[in-house]
Amino acid sequence: MNATVIDGDLDTFPKLLARNAIKFSDKPAYREKEFGIWQSWTWAETKDEIEALALGMLALGLNEGDHVAIIGRNRPYLYWAMTAAQCCGAIPVPLYNDANAEEMAYVLEHSGARFVIVEDQEQVDKVIDAQEIVHGIDEIIYLDKRGMRKYDHTHMNAYEDVQAEGRAAHHRLDPIMKERCAALTIDSTCVMLYTSGTTGRPKGVVLSNRNIISASASSSEFDDLNAGDSVLAYLPMAWVGDFIFSIGQCFWTGFCVACPESPETMQTDLREIGPSYFFAPPRFFEGMLTTVMIRMEDASPLKQRLFKYFMDHAKKVGPAMLDGKSVSAGDRFKYLLGDILVYGPLKNTLGMSRVRVGYTAGEAIGPEIFEFYRSLGINLKQLYGQTEASVFITQQPDGEVRADTVGVPSPGVEVKIGDNGEVLYRSDATFIEYYKNPESTADTKDPEGWVATGDAGFFEESTGHLRIIDRAKDVGKMSDGSMFAPKFVENKLKFFPNILEVVVFGNGRDTCTAFINIDLNAVGNWAERNNIAYASYQELAGHPEVYATIKSHVEEVNISVAEDSMLSGCQIDRFLVLHKELDADDGEMTRTRKVRRAIVEDKYADLIEGMYSGATEISTETEVTYEDGRKGSIKATVQIEDAKTVARKAKAA
Amino acid sequence: MNATAESYVTEDGRTIGAPVMEMKNITLKFGGVTAISNISFDIREGEIRAIIGPNGAGKSSMLNVINGFYHPQEGEIWFRGEKRKPMKPYQIAQQGIARTFQNIALFKGMSTLDNIMTGRFTHMKTNMFWQAVWKGPAEREENLNRDIVEHVIDFLEIQAIRKTPVGRLPYGLQKRVELGRALAAQPKLLLLDEPMAGMNVEEKEDMSRFILDVNDEFGTTIALIEHDMGVVMDISDRVVVLDYGKKIGDGTPDEVRNNQDVIDAYLGVAHD
Repeated sequence: MNATVIDGDLDTFPKLLARNAIKFSDKPAYREKEFGIWQSWTWAETKDEIEALALGMLALGLNEGDHVAIIGRNRPYLYWAMTAAQCCGAIPVPLYNDANAEEMAYVLEHSGARFVIVEDQEQVDKVIDAQEIVHGIDEIIYLDKRGMRKYDHTHMNAYEDVQAEGRAAHHRLDPIMKERCAALTIDSTCVMLYTSGTTGRPKGVVLSNRNIISASASSSEFDDLNAGDSVLAYLPMAWVGDFIFSIGQCFWTGFCVACPESPETMQTDLREIGPSYFFAPPRFFEGMLTTVMIRMEDASPLKQRLFKYFMDHAKKVGPAMLDGKSVSAGDRFKYLLGDILVYGPLKNTLGMSRVRVGYTAGEAIGPEIFEFYRSLGINLKQLYGQTEASVFITQQPDGEVRADTVGVPSPGVEVKIGDNGEVLYRSDATFIEYYKNPESTADTKDPEGWVATGDAGFFEESTGHLRIIDRAKDVGKMSDGSMFAPKFVENKLKFFPNILEVVVFGNGRDTCTAFINIDLNAVGNWAERNNIAYASYQELAGHPEVYATIKSHVEEVNISVAEDSMLSGCQIDRFLVLHKELDADDGEMTRTRKVRRAIVEDKYADLIEGMYSGATEISTETEVTYEDGRKGSIKATVQIEDAKTVARKAKAA
Repeated sequence: MNATAESYVTEDGRTIGAPVMEMKNITLKFGGVTAISNISFDIREGEIRAIIGPNGAGKSSMLNVINGFYHPQEGEIWFRGEKRKPMKPYQIAQQGIARTFQNIALFKGMSTLDNIMTGRFTHMKTNMFWQAVWKGPAEREENLNRDIVEHVIDFLEIQAIRKTPVGRLPYGLQKRVELGRALAAQPKLLLLDEPMAGMNVEEKEDMSRFILDVNDEFGTTIALIEHDMGVVMDISDRVVVLDYGKKIGDGTPDEVRNNQDVIDAYLGVAHD
């Protein structure tokens, strides 16, 4: 399949906005729940709001090519700010709103943002703190006036005041805005997005209109997205996926983006909106399944039996029916009955009744979890992507969905496997450069336009589907020369509901060892059921019965790892349950919740040493950072357990 | 800055006006026990006024006097320039005085939303007939009040528990709901009886921020009783200190902190 060709009238976002304001003028573009009621803005109103803000920013002196940093949770006003910046010829730079002041300062300094648009007082305070190091910020625009009355307003304005200023001055400034919009081309920079920074500092990925619009157009066509669809925007605005879904595809197809009332109400809002197109990381689907299972355990015996009976049936025929394969009439009837009694109400509770296309990406998803959703009739698929590719590298077409692959190359994307096993791709949507970092750009993107993903993978010959093994950098060798791919083992372990996170070590060693984080939700519930009292995460994590359960999981995984001829050396010999959850505030994970392996290895060097020295318990002290930036430390004595491994099979020659 | 009746502006830019409430020589006795003896102090418009003191000092009794639950045997209460006649608590609520309680007094089986709606009760005018018919005035009134309640919910960031029965909520959140119910009445004077008792550090920080924001955004005058000295000294404009039913100190946090009688009352001295 080829990429969709972009019409010259639709090659920038201001042009798309103008088209939508006419074509879909009365159709809702953005919704947000506020004061308990869903408020909505039509495309015509959206255009009016965006232009008012753009004119206001022109009045404040926003120049062509300036960077405008945008910080906050998903709100229509902040999405409009992105397009408003583009209407001024400036470049929007969304940042992670949960970043601490130091991380924020780095990105603000690196991007050289002149204008900063923030959600509330909390973010204003962070920006003011950052200004001790960052000197380029000329103007702060804030959305929520609460608590802002006492601030020095010489370089600060409320969002609505800026809009009012813009509306008042529209006669004078309209021509300037028109001129700025007209100067934009398909190759102008559309947005700059910072990578989450699994390794080292975040990098600013410069994406052009061509990148974003071609990716949005092709992917919309791939899944037949149209103006009747709706999504819930709840993932960080700084993440490329959110930009593609909530702006790119939204502007291209004209579908409606709904923003939750607050992060805590996301689940309720999801149910109220019932999106038809939904994206969530595997962690979300895992969490939701865990909640369902916990609640089912509290249900009456009749309900439990009904649930079990029909879920077993769904597992048998559900995925086949979704793939359009032939299923006997009897089975179909039973599935229909199940849909009325169990699947329908369950999907409704999950907010998935109307999901037509669902995606998960970022990490591998457990086959049981994946099957659970698919058996309910939810068309959940996987995709593989990166910021540098404007999301899409490969995705699964309807009817060819499996848990262990990431699909076929997306329309218009060429994918090949490098000599070292690394996945490479090339398309219209590949990024322009890393901002102010030509060395990294040259390292990642070769002169022919092929971009290295940093992931090792291979194509399945029979189906043409891509399978990802691990980060190429993390794939190593054990001391006996057999292959070491930590993620392969970690994913198998993470599929157990009790286990939230795993880090496996073993590169260059004789045996593998693992750090394990328990899932407080699942294990806490189990503890309650079994009358196990605990006062803290730390105490529960160190409980002997928890260790016994985790040990049984590890041994089960070892058996399954042993079956893989290439990776049977990666069985876990010893493990420990960490006394604290790995956390982005401590730098152990990225803001998108991927483990920073090098930092974990460094920080817990004493524990790793203990696992290889044969110790059975180690006392350690760990520094933790609280959300407001203060630091403290926790002391713990961590137990180390041995796990049974299975005799290694003879290595394939 | 105390004795004058003129208004002044605080360091952080809030205007503190003339006294709205004046307690003059209040004495309250329960049989032979004198809970409050001859105490006078005032609460100024727009300020955060703390009442502190050791256990049994008469703080909660003082709050109950202000809110009309107890009637003092001696002394006068002046509210907004008028001497107050003995009143029922609901009449005082209608005058614009709302309070929260030391031991949470919410309707446990009702949702957060319904609990906060009860705070609007004194503002509801439609009679039983219209309530029964529902369509028309009663519905309009409910919508109007719901709008005010939703703003309170937004202000206190409790959207996620809007429909949750209050009895299922953790303690810190119940305290917040109780504050919400008091705020829904849109009071001129808000009385808080130990708003931070039994909270952890994070919950106390949140609650302090809400109290400051209420005062700042709506200009609500606040009188509060609190045991956490750190919090009191941080957020209040003036502090009155009671001990054994007597006033032993009154002034800014700094003045009170250096007052020898207050230090003695808190650290203890030998009674001779």
